[in-house]
Amino acid sequence: MSKKVQAIYLWWHKSVIDQELLQSLPNLKVIANSGVGMDHLDLKLVASFGVKVANAPCDVSGSTADTEVALLLASARRLVEGYHIAISSGMEYCEADFLGVEVTGATLRINGMGSIGYKIALRAKAFEMNILYHNRTWRKEQEEQAVGATYCKKIDSLLQKADFVMVVVSLTPLTDELIGKREMELMKPAATLINISGGTIQNCPATALQTGVIRAAALEVTYPEPLPRDHMLLKLENIIITPRLSIKTGKATYMITEEAAENILAALNGLPIPSEVLPS
Amino acid sequence: MWYHKPVINEDMLQSLPNLKIVASSGVGIDHLDLNLLSSYGVKASNTPFVVSTDTADLGIALMLASSRRLVEGYQMAVSCDTEYFPADWLGTEVSGATLGIVGMGTIGYKVAERAKGFEMKILYHNRNRRNKEEESAVGAIYCKKIDDLLQQSDFVLLSVNLTPETHKLIGKRELELMKPTATLINISRGLVVDQDALVEALQNKVIKAAALDVTYPEPLPRDHPLLKLKNVIITPHIGSATKKTRRLMMENMTESIQAGLTGLPIPNEVL
Repeated sequence: MSKKVQAIYLWWHKSVIDQELLQSLPNLKVIANSGVGMDHLDLKLVASFGVKVANAPCDVSGSTADTEVALLLASARRLVEGYHIAISSGMEYCEADFLGVEVTGATLRINGMGSIGYKIALRAKAFEMNILYHNRTWRKEQEEQAVGATYCKKIDSLLQKADFVMVVVSLTPLTDELIGKREMELMKPAATLINISGGTIQNCPATALQTGVIRAAALEVTYPEPLPRDHMLLKLENIIITPRLSIKTGKATYMITEEAAENILAALNGLPIPSEVLPS
Repeated sequence: MWYHKPVINEDMLQSLPNLKIVASSGVGIDHLDLNLLSSYGVKASNTPFVVSTDTADLGIALMLASSRRLVEGYQMAVSCDTEYFPADWLGTEVSGATLGIVGMGTIGYKVAERAKGFEMKILYHNRNRRNKEEESAVGAIYCKKIDDLLQQSDFVLLSVNLTPETHKLIGKRELELMKPTATLINISRGLVVDQDALVEALQNKVIKAAALDVTYPEPLPRDHPLLKLKNVIITPHIGSATKKTRRLMMENMTESIQAGLTGLPIPNEVL
Protein backbone atom coordinates (compact mmCIF):
# COMPACT_ATOMS: atom_id res chain seq x y z
CA MET A 1 0.00 0.00 0.00
CA SER A 2 2.70 2.43 0.97
CA LYS A 3 4.39 2.03 -2.42
CA LYS A 4 1.21 3.29 -4.11
CA VAL A 5 1.08 6.59 -2.26
CA GLN A 6 2.21 9.42 -4.53
CA ALA A 7 0.53 12.39 -2.89
CA ILE A 8 -0.53 13.47 0.58
CA TYR A 9 -3.26 16.02 1.21
CA LEU A 10 -2.39 17.34 4.62
CA TRP A 11 -5.49 18.40 6.53
CA TRP A 12 -4.45 20.50 9.52
CA HIS A 13 -1.15 18.95 10.36
CA LYS A 14 -2.30 15.35 10.18
CA SER A 15 -0.47 13.08 9.34
CA VAL A 16 2.73 14.22 10.99
CA ILE A 17 5.39 14.31 8.30
CA ASP A 18 8.58 12.93 9.78
CA GLN A 19 11.61 10.91 8.69
CA GLU A 20 9.85 7.62 9.39
CA LEU A 21 6.81 8.44 7.29
CA LEU A 22 8.87 9.74 4.39
CA GLN A 23 11.02 6.65 4.39
CA SER A 24 7.94 4.43 4.31
CA LEU A 25 6.53 6.13 1.18
CA PRO A 26 9.16 5.69 -1.54
CA ASN A 27 6.93 6.93 -4.37
CA LEU A 28 5.65 10.04 -2.64
CA LYS A 29 5.91 13.01 -5.02
CA VAL A 30 4.01 15.83 -3.37
CA ILE A 31 2.55 17.01 -0.09
CA ALA A 32 -0.30 19.47 -0.53
CA ASN A 33 -1.05 21.50 2.57
CA SER A 34 -4.52 22.82 3.40
CA GLY A 35 -4.16 26.49 4.21
CA VAL A 36 -1.21 28.82 3.97
CA GLY A 37 0.76 28.23 7.20
CA MET A 38 3.78 25.93 6.84
CA ASP A 39 5.31 26.05 10.29
CA HIS A 40 4.42 22.41 11.00
CA LEU A 41 6.47 21.10 8.08
CA ASP A 42 10.21 20.57 8.00
CA LEU A 43 10.66 21.77 4.43
CA LYS A 44 14.34 20.84 4.22
CA LEU A 45 13.63 17.30 5.39
CA VAL A 46 10.85 16.85 2.86
CA ALA A 47 13.01 18.29 0.05
CA SER A 48 15.81 15.88 0.93
CA PHE A 49 13.49 13.05 -0.05
CA GLY A 50 12.79 14.72 -3.42
CA VAL A 51 9.20 15.44 -2.41
CA LYS A 52 7.60 18.72 -3.45
CA VAL A 53 5.45 20.81 -1.13
CA ALA A 54 2.58 23.17 -1.92
CA ASN A 55 0.28 25.27 0.22
CA ALA A 56 -3.19 26.70 -0.48
CA PRO A 57 -2.99 30.46 -0.17
CA CYS A 58 -6.41 30.97 -1.71
CA ASP A 59 -8.38 33.90 -0.52
CA VAL A 60 -10.19 32.76 2.56
CA SER A 61 -9.31 36.04 4.22
CA GLY A 62 -13.00 37.07 4.36
CA SER A 63 -13.99 33.93 6.20
CA THR A 64 -11.04 34.29 8.57
CA ALA A 65 -11.76 37.96 9.22
CA ASP A 66 -15.38 37.08 10.03
CA THR A 67 -14.21 34.58 12.64
CA GLU A 68 -11.87 37.10 14.23
CA VAL A 69 -14.69 39.63 14.58
CA ALA A 70 -17.05 36.90 15.81
CA LEU A 71 -14.57 36.10 18.58
CA LEU A 72 -14.11 39.76 19.45
CA LEU A 73 -17.86 40.31 19.77
CA ALA A 74 -18.49 37.04 21.61
CA SER A 75 -15.75 37.81 24.10
CA ALA A 76 -16.73 41.45 24.60
CA ARG A 77 -20.39 40.64 25.19
CA ARG A 78 -19.69 37.41 27.12
CA LEU A 79 -21.85 35.49 24.69
CA VAL A 80 -20.75 31.99 25.68
CA GLU A 81 -21.13 32.69 29.40
CA GLY A 82 -24.53 34.27 28.70
CA TYR A 83 -25.60 31.17 26.78
CA HIS A 84 -24.65 28.93 29.70
CA ILE A 85 -26.62 31.12 32.09
CA ALA A 86 -29.63 31.13 29.77
CA ILE A 87 -29.77 27.33 29.52
CA SER A 88 -28.61 26.42 33.02
CA SER A 89 -31.01 24.35 35.08
CA GLY A 90 -30.85 26.74 38.04
CA MET A 91 -31.64 29.95 36.18
CA GLU A 92 -34.44 32.08 37.61
CA TYR A 93 -33.26 35.40 36.25
CA CYS A 94 -30.12 36.91 34.85
CA GLU A 95 -28.22 39.14 37.26
CA ALA A 96 -28.54 42.79 36.35
CA ASP A 97 -24.80 43.17 36.82
CA PHE A 98 -23.91 40.57 34.18
CA LEU A 99 -22.14 43.05 31.94
CA GLY A 100 -19.80 42.99 29.00
CA VAL A 101 -17.78 45.76 27.38
CA GLU A 102 -18.65 48.00 24.46
CA VAL A 103 -17.37 47.24 20.99
CA THR A 104 -18.65 50.28 19.07
CA GLY A 105 -16.20 53.13 19.47
CA ALA A 106 -13.58 51.01 21.24
CA THR A 107 -9.89 50.91 20.25
CA LEU A 108 -8.71 47.89 18.31
CA ARG A 109 -5.06 47.14 17.80
CA ILE A 110 -4.28 44.73 14.97
CA ASN A 111 -0.90 43.09 14.98
CA GLY A 112 -0.42 42.02 11.37
CA MET A 113 -2.09 43.96 8.57
CA GLY A 114 -1.91 41.50 5.68
CA SER A 115 -5.02 40.59 3.69
CA ILE A 116 -6.76 39.13 6.73
CA GLY A 117 -5.81 42.03 9.01
CA TYR A 118 -7.08 44.49 6.44
CA LYS A 119 -10.44 42.74 6.08
CA ILE A 120 -10.77 42.79 9.85
CA ALA A 121 -10.13 46.53 9.77
CA LEU A 122 -12.91 46.97 7.18
CA ARG A 123 -15.34 45.19 9.46
CA ALA A 124 -14.15 47.01 12.57
CA LYS A 125 -14.67 50.34 10.81
CA ALA A 126 -18.37 49.52 10.48
CA PHE A 127 -18.42 49.36 14.29
CA GLU A 128 -16.81 52.84 14.40
CA MET A 129 -13.78 51.33 16.11
CA ASN A 130 -10.57 53.29 16.44
CA ILE A 131 -8.00 51.14 14.60
CA LEU A 132 -4.29 51.03 15.38
CA TYR A 133 -2.03 48.58 13.56
CA HIS A 134 1.44 47.23 13.52
CA ASN A 135 2.92 45.47 10.52
CA ARG A 136 6.32 44.66 9.08
CA THR A 137 5.59 47.38 6.51
CA TRP A 138 3.33 50.42 6.33
CA ARG A 139 0.15 50.17 4.32
CA LYS A 140 -0.39 52.84 1.65
CA GLU A 141 -2.03 56.05 2.84
CA GLN A 142 -5.18 55.41 0.80
CA GLU A 143 -5.56 51.97 2.33
CA GLU A 144 -5.06 53.39 5.83
CA GLN A 145 -7.64 56.11 5.21
CA ALA A 146 -10.19 53.69 3.79
CA VAL A 147 -10.36 51.96 7.18
CA GLY A 148 -9.26 54.85 9.38
CA ALA A 149 -6.22 52.93 10.61
CA THR A 150 -3.18 54.50 12.27
CA TYR A 151 0.23 52.87 12.02
CA CYS A 152 2.12 52.34 15.26
CA LYS A 153 5.81 51.70 14.88
CA LYS A 154 6.30 50.73 18.51
CA ILE A 155 4.40 47.67 19.60
CA ASP A 156 4.31 48.84 23.23
CA SER A 157 2.35 52.02 22.67
CA LEU A 158 -0.24 50.08 20.73
CA LEU A 159 -0.71 47.67 23.58
CA GLN A 160 -1.27 50.35 26.20
CA LYS A 161 -4.05 52.13 24.30
CA ALA A 162 -6.04 49.18 23.04
CA ASP A 163 -9.32 47.77 24.33
CA PHE A 164 -8.92 44.80 21.99
CA VAL A 165 -5.61 43.33 20.81
CA MET A 166 -5.75 41.02 17.79
CA VAL A 167 -2.87 38.92 16.57
CA VAL A 168 -3.08 38.10 12.86
CA VAL A 169 0.44 37.17 11.80
CA SER A 170 2.09 34.11 10.28
CA LEU A 171 3.95 32.00 12.76
CA THR A 172 7.68 32.37 12.12
CA PRO A 173 10.73 32.40 14.39
CA LEU A 174 10.28 36.21 14.53
CA THR A 175 6.67 36.06 15.68
CA ASP A 176 6.98 33.07 17.97
CA GLU A 177 6.12 34.12 21.54
CA LEU A 178 5.08 37.55 20.25
CA ILE A 179 2.68 38.20 23.08
CA GLY A 180 4.24 37.07 26.30
CA LYS A 181 3.99 38.01 29.97
CA ARG A 182 5.57 41.40 29.40
CA GLU A 183 3.22 42.34 26.58
CA MET A 184 0.15 41.22 28.50
CA GLU A 185 1.19 43.34 31.48
CA LEU A 186 1.41 46.36 29.19
CA MET A 187 -2.19 45.84 28.11
CA LYS A 188 -5.05 47.56 29.95
CA PRO A 189 -6.68 45.39 32.65
CA ALA A 190 -9.97 45.85 30.77
CA ALA A 191 -8.46 44.67 27.49
CA THR A 192 -9.23 41.52 25.52
CA LEU A 193 -6.68 39.44 23.59
CA ILE A 194 -7.77 37.66 20.40
CA ASN A 195 -5.46 35.28 18.62
CA ILE A 196 -6.07 33.45 15.39
CA SER A 197 -2.44 32.95 14.44
CA GLY A 198 -0.06 30.17 15.46
CA GLY A 199 -0.55 28.77 18.94
CA THR A 200 2.76 29.72 20.45
CA ILE A 201 2.33 33.38 19.57
CA GLN A 202 0.82 34.10 22.92
CA ASN A 203 2.74 32.67 25.78
CA CYS A 204 -0.05 30.94 27.68
CA PRO A 205 -2.23 33.74 29.00
CA ALA A 206 -3.74 31.58 31.76
CA THR A 207 -2.05 33.46 34.61
CA ALA A 208 -2.83 36.86 33.12
CA LEU A 209 -6.50 35.88 32.82
CA GLN A 210 -6.74 34.45 36.31
CA THR A 211 -5.15 37.42 38.02
CA GLY A 212 -7.02 40.07 36.02
CA VAL A 213 -3.93 41.38 34.21
CA ILE A 214 -6.19 41.25 31.15
CA ARG A 215 -9.99 40.99 31.10
CA ALA A 216 -10.52 38.13 28.70
CA ALA A 217 -9.13 36.22 25.74
CA ALA A 218 -10.43 34.41 22.67
CA LEU A 219 -8.14 31.87 21.04
CA GLU A 220 -8.66 30.17 17.69
CA VAL A 221 -5.41 28.33 17.88
CA THR A 222 -3.62 26.75 20.78
CA TYR A 223 -0.42 24.84 21.25
CA PRO A 224 -0.83 21.93 21.19
CA GLU A 225 -4.11 21.33 19.38
CA PRO A 226 -6.29 20.21 21.03
CA LEU A 227 -5.05 21.19 24.48
CA PRO A 228 -4.62 18.43 27.07
CA ARG A 229 -7.97 18.04 28.82
CA ASP A 230 -6.59 19.11 32.18
CA HIS A 231 -5.05 22.35 30.85
CA MET A 232 -5.71 25.43 32.95
CA LEU A 233 -7.07 27.43 30.00
CA LEU A 234 -10.02 25.05 29.63
CA LYS A 235 -11.26 25.86 33.13
CA LEU A 236 -11.30 29.65 32.97
CA GLU A 237 -14.60 31.49 32.43
CA ASN A 238 -13.10 34.55 30.79
CA ILE A 239 -11.69 32.69 27.82
CA ILE A 240 -13.28 31.42 24.62
CA ILE A 241 -11.38 28.70 22.80
CA THR A 242 -12.56 27.57 19.39
CA PRO A 243 -11.31 24.78 17.11
CA ARG A 244 -10.06 26.76 14.10
CA LEU A 245 -13.42 28.04 12.96
CA SER A 246 -11.78 30.47 10.52
CA ILE A 247 -11.80 28.14 7.54
CA LYS A 248 -14.55 25.84 8.71
CA THR A 249 -17.19 26.85 6.24
CA GLY A 250 -18.33 24.84 3.25
CA LYS A 251 -17.13 27.53 0.87
CA ALA A 252 -13.66 27.99 2.38
CA THR A 253 -13.02 24.28 2.74
CA TYR A 254 -14.06 23.73 -0.88
CA MET A 255 -11.72 26.45 -2.14
CA ILE A 256 -8.77 25.12 -0.16
CA THR A 257 -9.37 21.55 -1.30
CA GLU A 258 -9.76 22.62 -4.92
CA GLU A 259 -6.43 24.42 -4.78
CA ALA A 260 -4.72 21.45 -3.12
CA ALA A 261 -6.11 19.14 -5.81
CA GLU A 262 -4.70 21.41 -8.53
CA ASN A 263 -1.30 21.32 -6.86
CA ILE A 264 -1.36 17.54 -6.57
CA LEU A 265 -2.41 16.99 -10.18
CA ALA A 266 0.30 19.34 -11.42
CA ALA A 267 2.96 17.54 -9.39
CA LEU A 268 1.87 14.10 -10.55
CA ASN A 269 1.90 15.24 -14.16
CA GLY A 270 5.33 16.82 -13.87
CA LEU A 271 3.95 20.30 -14.47
CA PRO A 272 4.88 23.50 -12.57
CA ILE A 273 3.05 23.47 -9.26
CA PRO A 274 0.84 26.58 -8.85
CA SER A 275 1.60 27.22 -5.18
CA GLU A 276 4.83 25.39 -4.58
CA VAL A 277 6.68 26.24 -1.39
CA LEU A 278 10.45 25.91 -1.40
CA PRO A 279 12.64 25.60 1.65
CA SER A 280 14.16 29.02 2.41
CA MET B 1 -37.81 49.65 36.72
CA TRP B 2 -35.34 47.00 35.50
CA TYR B 3 -36.22 44.03 33.34
CA HIS B 4 -39.92 44.70 33.69
CA LYS B 5 -39.88 44.36 37.48
CA PRO B 6 -41.83 45.20 39.58
CA VAL B 7 -45.03 44.40 37.67
CA ILE B 8 -47.17 47.55 37.51
CA ASN B 9 -50.83 46.60 37.90
CA GLU B 10 -54.00 48.02 39.47
CA ASP B 11 -53.09 46.67 42.95
CA MET B 12 -49.63 48.21 42.88
CA LEU B 13 -50.91 51.59 41.68
CA GLN B 14 -53.64 51.71 44.32
CA SER B 15 -51.10 50.99 47.04
CA LEU B 16 -48.83 53.88 45.98
CA PRO B 17 -51.00 57.02 46.13
CA ASN B 18 -48.06 59.40 45.74
CA LEU B 19 -46.44 57.66 42.79
CA LYS B 20 -45.59 60.24 40.15
CA ILE B 21 -43.40 58.47 37.62
CA VAL B 22 -42.31 55.05 36.41
CA ALA B 23 -38.90 55.17 34.73
CA SER B 24 -38.41 52.00 32.69
CA SER B 25 -34.97 50.74 31.58
CA GLY B 26 -34.46 50.06 27.88
CA VAL B 27 -36.56 51.12 24.94
CA GLY B 28 -39.40 48.56 24.93
CA ILE B 29 -42.56 49.59 26.76
CA ASP B 30 -44.78 46.66 25.84
CA HIS B 31 -44.84 45.56 29.49
CA LEU B 32 -46.45 48.84 30.62
CA ASP B 33 -50.18 49.51 30.48
CA LEU B 34 -49.88 53.20 29.61
CA ASN B 35 -53.64 53.83 29.77
CA LEU B 36 -53.77 52.38 33.27
CA LEU B 37 -50.84 54.51 34.43
CA SER B 38 -52.37 57.59 32.90
CA SER B 39 -55.65 56.95 34.69
CA TYR B 40 -53.72 57.17 37.97
CA GLY B 41 -51.94 60.34 36.86
CA VAL B 42 -48.61 58.51 36.75
CA LYS B 43 -46.11 59.40 34.03
CA ALA B 44 -43.80 56.94 32.27
CA SER B 45 -40.39 57.21 30.61
CA ASN B 46 -37.95 54.87 28.83
CA THR B 47 -34.33 55.03 27.60
CA PRO B 48 -34.73 54.90 23.83
CA PHE B 49 -31.49 55.77 22.11
CA VAL B 50 -28.67 54.77 24.42
CA VAL B 51 -29.39 51.07 23.97
CA SER B 52 -29.37 51.09 20.17
CA THR B 53 -25.68 50.60 19.48
CA ASP B 54 -25.06 47.79 21.94
CA THR B 55 -28.22 46.00 20.84
CA ALA B 56 -27.14 46.22 17.20
CA ASP B 57 -23.68 44.93 18.17
CA LEU B 58 -25.26 41.96 19.92
CA GLY B 59 -27.45 41.24 16.89
CA ILE B 60 -24.32 40.93 14.74
CA ALA B 61 -22.57 38.93 17.48
CA LEU B 62 -25.45 36.44 17.49
CA MET B 63 -25.49 36.20 13.71
CA LEU B 64 -21.75 35.50 13.57
CA ALA B 65 -21.79 33.09 16.51
CA SER B 66 -24.67 31.14 15.02
CA SER B 67 -23.30 30.94 11.49
CA ARG B 68 -19.87 29.82 12.63
CA ARG B 69 -21.26 27.51 15.34
CA LEU B 70 -19.15 29.32 17.91
CA VAL B 71 -20.87 27.94 21.02
CA GLU B 72 -20.75 24.35 19.74
CA GLY B 73 -17.12 24.89 18.73
CA TYR B 74 -16.28 26.18 22.19
CA GLN B 75 -17.95 23.14 23.76
CA MET B 76 -15.93 20.86 21.52
CA ALA B 77 -12.70 22.69 22.34
CA VAL B 78 -13.17 22.34 26.11
CA SER B 79 -15.00 19.01 26.38
CA CYS B 80 -13.34 16.19 28.31
CA ASP B 81 -14.05 13.79 25.46
CA THR B 82 -12.34 15.74 22.68
CA GLU B 83 -9.34 14.02 21.12
CA TYR B 84 -9.29 15.84 17.79
CA PHE B 85 -11.40 18.27 15.81
CA PRO B 86 -13.40 16.57 13.02
CA ALA B 87 -12.67 17.78 9.50
CA ASP B 88 -16.28 17.74 8.33
CA TRP B 89 -17.66 19.93 11.09
CA LEU B 90 -18.53 23.15 9.23
CA GLY B 91 -20.36 26.44 9.58
CA THR B 92 -21.59 28.88 6.95
CA GLU B 93 -20.29 32.14 5.52
CA VAL B 94 -21.49 35.53 6.63
CA SER B 95 -19.47 37.64 4.20
CA GLY B 96 -21.42 38.11 1.00
CA ALA B 97 -24.57 36.46 2.39
CA THR B 98 -28.01 38.11 2.41
CA LEU B 99 -29.31 39.70 5.60
CA GLY B 100 -33.01 40.55 5.88
CA ILE B 101 -33.76 43.15 8.57
CA VAL B 102 -37.35 43.24 9.79
CA GLY B 103 -37.78 46.61 11.47
CA MET B 104 -35.46 49.32 10.24
CA GLY B 105 -35.69 51.75 13.14
CA THR B 106 -32.63 53.04 14.97
CA ILE B 107 -31.43 49.59 15.96
CA GLY B 108 -32.21 47.96 12.61
CA TYR B 109 -30.34 50.68 10.78
CA LYS B 110 -27.27 50.28 12.98
CA VAL B 111 -27.36 46.55 12.25
CA ALA B 112 -27.36 47.40 8.53
CA GLU B 113 -24.35 49.73 8.97
CA ARG B 114 -22.40 46.93 10.59
CA ALA B 115 -23.50 44.26 8.14
CA LYS B 116 -22.23 46.42 5.28
CA GLY B 117 -18.69 45.95 6.67
CA PHE B 118 -19.13 42.22 5.98
CA GLU B 119 -20.12 42.90 2.35
CA MET B 120 -23.56 41.47 3.04
CA LYS B 121 -26.50 42.07 0.74
CA ILE B 122 -29.07 43.87 2.86
CA LEU B 123 -32.85 43.67 2.46
CA TYR B 124 -35.24 45.37 4.85
CA HIS B 125 -38.91 45.50 5.65
CA ASN B 126 -40.41 48.38 7.61
CA ARG B 127 -43.73 50.14 8.11
CA ASN B 128 -42.25 53.07 6.18
CA ARG B 129 -39.57 53.10 3.57
CA ARG B 130 -36.34 54.88 4.52
CA ASN B 131 -35.23 57.70 2.24
CA LYS B 132 -32.86 57.09 -0.68
CA GLU B 133 -29.78 58.51 1.03
CA GLU B 134 -30.26 56.31 4.06
CA GLU B 135 -30.82 53.26 1.86
CA SER B 136 -27.79 53.83 -0.32
CA ALA B 137 -25.52 54.62 2.66
CA VAL B 138 -25.90 50.99 3.74
CA GLY B 139 -26.85 49.47 0.40
CA ALA B 140 -30.22 48.34 1.72
CA ILE B 141 -33.04 47.25 -0.58
CA TYR B 142 -36.64 47.79 0.55
CA CYS B 143 -39.02 44.83 0.52
CA LYS B 144 -42.59 46.08 0.70
CA LYS B 145 -43.77 42.53 1.30
CA ILE B 146 -42.14 40.68 4.16
CA ASP B 147 -42.54 37.48 2.14
CA ASP B 148 -39.97 38.67 -0.40
CA LEU B 149 -37.48 39.34 2.37
CA LEU B 150 -38.07 35.97 4.00
CA GLN B 151 -37.65 34.03 0.77
CA GLN B 152 -34.34 35.63 -0.18
CA SER B 153 -32.50 35.98 3.14
CA ASP B 154 -29.79 33.76 4.58
CA PHE B 155 -30.18 35.57 7.91
CA VAL B 156 -33.44 37.15 9.12
CA LEU B 157 -32.99 39.62 11.97
CA LEU B 158 -35.95 40.96 13.92
CA SER B 159 -35.63 44.47 15.36
CA VAL B 160 -39.22 45.67 15.66
CA ASN B 161 -41.15 47.04 18.64
CA LEU B 162 -43.67 44.68 20.14
CA THR B 163 -47.12 46.01 19.28
CA PRO B 164 -50.44 44.30 18.49
CA GLU B 165 -49.34 44.39 14.82
CA THR B 166 -46.01 42.67 15.41
CA HIS B 167 -47.29 40.09 17.90
CA LYS B 168 -46.44 36.67 16.37
CA LEU B 169 -45.21 38.42 13.24
CA ILE B 170 -43.08 35.37 12.52
CA GLY B 171 -45.23 32.24 12.65
CA LYS B 172 -45.47 28.91 10.89
CA ARG B 173 -46.24 30.49 7.51
CA GLU B 174 -43.34 32.92 7.69
CA LEU B 175 -40.88 30.25 8.86
CA GLU B 176 -41.91 28.05 5.93
CA LEU B 177 -41.20 30.92 3.54
CA MET B 178 -37.65 31.14 4.83
CA LYS B 179 -34.84 29.14 3.21
CA PRO B 180 -34.06 25.81 4.88
CA THR B 181 -30.48 27.11 5.20
CA ALA B 182 -31.59 30.33 6.90
CA THR B 183 -31.04 31.53 10.46
CA LEU B 184 -33.51 33.59 12.52
CA ILE B 185 -32.05 36.17 14.89
CA ASN B 186 -34.31 37.91 17.42
CA ILE B 187 -33.19 40.99 19.34
CA SER B 188 -36.66 42.53 19.69
CA ARG B 189 -39.16 40.72 21.91
CA GLY B 190 -39.96 37.03 22.38
CA LEU B 191 -43.63 37.55 21.49
CA VAL B 192 -42.76 38.77 17.99
CA VAL B 193 -42.17 35.10 17.21
CA ASP B 194 -44.65 32.24 17.54
CA GLN B 195 -42.32 30.25 19.76
CA ASP B 196 -44.08 26.90 19.38
CA ALA B 197 -43.93 27.26 15.60
CA LEU B 198 -40.24 28.11 15.90
CA VAL B 199 -39.49 24.97 17.91
CA GLU B 200 -41.26 22.85 15.32
CA ALA B 201 -39.46 24.60 12.45
CA LEU B 202 -36.06 24.02 14.06
CA GLN B 203 -36.80 20.39 14.92
CA ASN B 204 -38.02 19.63 11.40
CA LYS B 205 -35.20 21.56 9.71
CA VAL B 206 -37.62 24.00 8.11
CA ILE B 207 -34.97 26.58 9.02
CA LYS B 208 -31.38 25.87 9.95
CA ALA B 209 -30.83 27.69 13.22
CA ALA B 210 -31.92 30.45 15.57
CA ALA B 211 -30.15 32.91 17.85
CA LEU B 212 -32.33 34.60 20.43
CA ASP B 213 -31.54 37.30 22.95
CA VAL B 214 -35.23 37.43 23.85
CA THR B 215 -37.85 34.77 24.54
CA TYR B 216 -41.27 34.53 26.11
CA PRO B 217 -41.26 34.20 29.01
CA GLU B 218 -37.85 35.28 30.25
CA PRO B 219 -36.35 33.07 31.41
CA LEU B 220 -37.86 30.08 29.65
CA PRO B 221 -39.09 27.18 31.79
CA ARG B 222 -36.13 24.89 32.36
CA ASP B 223 -37.65 22.01 30.42
CA HIS B 224 -38.42 24.12 27.31
CA PRO B 225 -37.36 22.46 24.04
CA LEU B 226 -35.52 25.61 22.86
CA LEU B 227 -32.95 25.10 25.62
CA LYS B 228 -32.03 21.68 24.32
CA LEU B 229 -31.69 22.27 20.58
CA LYS B 230 -28.11 22.26 19.31
CA ASN B 231 -28.92 24.72 16.55
CA VAL B 232 -30.16 27.41 18.95
CA ILE B 233 -28.14 30.02 20.78
CA ILE B 234 -29.98 31.80 23.60
CA THR B 235 -28.59 34.71 25.57
CA PRO B 236 -30.31 36.15 28.66
CA HIS B 237 -31.55 39.49 27.21
CA ILE B 238 -28.15 41.19 27.27
CA GLY B 239 -28.69 43.54 24.33
CA SER B 240 -27.83 46.57 26.42
CA ALA B 241 -25.57 44.84 28.94
CA THR B 242 -22.36 46.81 28.83
CA LYS B 243 -20.97 48.92 31.65
CA LYS B 244 -21.04 52.14 29.70
CA THR B 245 -24.56 51.77 28.36
CA ARG B 246 -26.06 50.67 31.65
CA ARG B 247 -24.56 53.73 33.26
CA LEU B 248 -26.05 55.96 30.58
CA MET B 249 -29.43 54.28 31.03
CA MET B 250 -29.31 54.93 34.77
CA GLU B 251 -28.40 58.55 34.14
CA ASN B 252 -31.34 58.91 31.73
CA MET B 253 -33.73 57.29 34.19
CA THR B 254 -32.52 59.49 37.04
CA GLU B 255 -33.03 62.61 34.91
CA SER B 256 -36.55 61.50 34.04
CA ILE B 257 -37.37 60.77 37.66
CA GLN B 258 -36.02 64.10 38.87
CA ALA B 259 -38.03 65.95 36.24
CA GLY B 260 -41.13 63.92 37.09
CA LEU B 261 -40.82 64.73 40.79
CA THR B 262 -40.31 68.45 40.25
CA GLY B 263 -43.09 68.80 37.68
CA LEU B 264 -40.72 69.73 34.84
CA PRO B 265 -40.98 68.37 31.26
CA ILE B 266 -39.82 64.76 31.39
CA PRO B 267 -37.00 63.67 29.05
CA ASN B 268 -37.91 60.44 27.19
CA GLU B 269 -41.49 60.58 28.39
CA VAL B 270 -43.69 57.87 26.87
CA LEU B 271 -47.24 58.90 26.09
